[in-house]
Amino acid sequence: MSPVLQGLLTIIIGVGGCVGYFYASNIILDKVIFPARGPQAGRNINRANKVRPWLFLFPAMFALGLYLVYPVVGSFYRSLFDRLGNNFIGLDNYINLFAEEAFRTAVFNNLLWVLVVPAMATFLGLLVAQLTDRLVWGNFAKSLIFMPMAISFVGASLIWKFVYSANPDIGIINSIRDSMGLEALDPLQVPFWNNFFLMFILVWIQTGFAMVILSAALRGIPEETIEAAIIDGANPFQVFFQIKVPQIMGTIVVVWTTITILVLKVFDIVYTMTGGNFDTDILPSYMMSFMFRDDGRATAVAFVIMLLVLPVMIWNIRQARKEMR
Amino acid sequence: MADLKLSDVEKAYGEVKVLSDVNLDIKQGELVVFVGPSGCGKSTLLRMIAGLEKITGGTLEIDGMVVNDIPPAQRGIAMVFQSYALYPHMTVRDNMAFALKIAKKSKSEIDEAVNRAAEILQLGPYLDRLPKALSGGQRQRVAIGRSIVRDPKVYLFDEPLSNLDAALRVATRIEIAKLKESMPNSTMVYVTHDQVEAMTLASRIVVLAGGGIAQVGTPLELYERPNGEFVAQFIGSPAMNLLSGEVVETGAQTRVKLDGGGVATANIPTTDADMGLKVNLGARPEDLIASDDDDYLYQGEVDLIEALGELTVLYFKPDAPGADPVLAKLAGTHAELRGKTVKLKADPARLHLFHNKVSLLYR
Repeated sequence: MSPVLQGLLTIIIGVGGCVGYFYASNIILDKVIFPARGPQAGRNINRANKVRPWLFLFPAMFALGLYLVYPVVGSFYRSLFDRLGNNFIGLDNYINLFAEEAFRTAVFNNLLWVLVVPAMATFLGLLVAQLTDRLVWGNFAKSLIFMPMAISFVGASLIWKFVYSANPDIGIINSIRDSMGLEALDPLQVPFWNNFFLMFILVWIQTGFAMVILSAALRGIPEETIEAAIIDGANPFQVFFQIKVPQIMGTIVVVWTTITILVLKVFDIVYTMTGGNFDTDILPSYMMSFMFRDDGRATAVAFVIMLLVLPVMIWNIRQARKEMR
Repeated sequence: MADLKLSDVEKAYGEVKVLSDVNLDIKQGELVVFVGPSGCGKSTLLRMIAGLEKITGGTLEIDGMVVNDIPPAQRGIAMVFQSYALYPHMTVRDNMAFALKIAKKSKSEIDEAVNRAAEILQLGPYLDRLPKALSGGQRQRVAIGRSIVRDPKVYLFDEPLSNLDAALRVATRIEIAKLKESMPNSTMVYVTHDQVEAMTLASRIVVLAGGGIAQVGTPLELYERPNGEFVAQFIGSPAMNLLSGEVVETGAQTRVKLDGGGVATANIPTTDADMGLKVNLGARPEDLIASDDDDYLYQGEVDLIEALGELTVLYFKPDAPGADPVLAKLAGTHAELRGKTVKLKADPARLHLFHNKVSLLYR
């Protein structure tokens, strides 16, 4: 069978299956399970109407269950076994994790990332959004700042590998040091601060995202409230911090938490730049170092990451819902 | 509490002049209303007084001081916006206190000013609510309260009632009138497109049109002695009828032969030189009377009737399709007149004459 025909057939079966499912299940509900006749007709109609939403929701819930809920439960189950997956060891993987120095470093670094990156990206995004608002070339500046969003994390890491290069002919930091007569060094090997050099890459990428969303939010503020504040005697800083920022607080929180979730998942930057060496590991890259070697351990890390993301996620969704109202 | 003086004020956006030659003296204690059709620049003029728009020519004085380049906050003005412009994240109390907090007034001073304003506007029970928990009328009162606490020299109102529904608009209009009465020394400038608001609130009305001032005067002056066809038709509802004709008798009274066949006498003095002058006769719908007299002013077939109970508005069939119909407002109900031919006349004292759109009284 030719691929085109195969594709078409798949579409027909898929779409037809959906239509068929809704049609058939509806008929079965109305005619067979709760028929709208006989002495119980009224009660049956009410019951059928109560069941119907679940009927329609079932396919989506089933798919979500299969591809989201099952993996979560499955991962947790797997994390209770040893590296080969045949010996049940209870919570040993977790206990070993917390006993390990490297894991604690990864958690600490991750904490730094979670604190610094969303704060910096949101702050810079807000700053750029505000400063470019009235500029003639503001849109041009914004497109430049937004551009890193279109680059993959690995690509961005490669770019910054050049920036941070230890060779003064390539890396800008060492080129500056060189011109000042200082010795070349590898920024990625400077303990503790190398974390921040890595974080800056993500800030560089995410500032564009924060800027776009916050710029739209700033534009949505009613102009009159700003004019009223000006008449009330507020200076530009007071207008910004006391009138504008409080009015877009909801959006700021959504941007902040969205970036936070992203930070908890990011792994490519660390993996490409340092491979987790020089004490720069964060949880996802730490997890990668166990993958395919000790899946029990790796899934345990994955589960820890999920537990960390969960509260932020819930908050994020709540805020986003509030915004939509 | 101050005088306001505009001299040759002008507003241009690049090459385009939207306002020019605006000369106006506003005395302390006056409530001056700017009216005019959409786009006439009335809001722009108000925003120029506020300092939100740059004045591109001429000078603006508040209390004898030129304030062209003085920022809004230091002009001693307060403004009430059409959309209320309340700070949505602040309670009613904080909204009213904001300006005073910015000015670094003491806590007791702020509390006193806010409580006084809340009392005047009956906002006491709502002080700790957010604006979103208030009705439209309450929000507008908060906006007014925000101005009162600042105790400004000049109050500026930018169509403050347009966002309210009809019943609330009347109630809030009366409140503003009372507020003005309770502060007889405060100067207020009020922009509206609603002529009922203008007529009822204003001590003087400024009619703006075509990028400048058309006429300034008390509400009744504008109603009784409009200086041109524009003001004549803008003030009063339904608008004044204009009937073209030519002068056939001059003197203390002027007799006009109308193109529609009627004749009219108006108590407007003319000279022999005006003989044969092409004029438009202005007759307000409420001044027209149905009559069987041969000396009628207008005769036509009643096309449509609006019965309002206390009075009836007659719409006459226009002479030419598309032309403005003549309207007459008669006391009582006259449903039987529909489709009939009716003759109209008017009191000579109530008629207006215009030549080249300018009133003969103001030549």
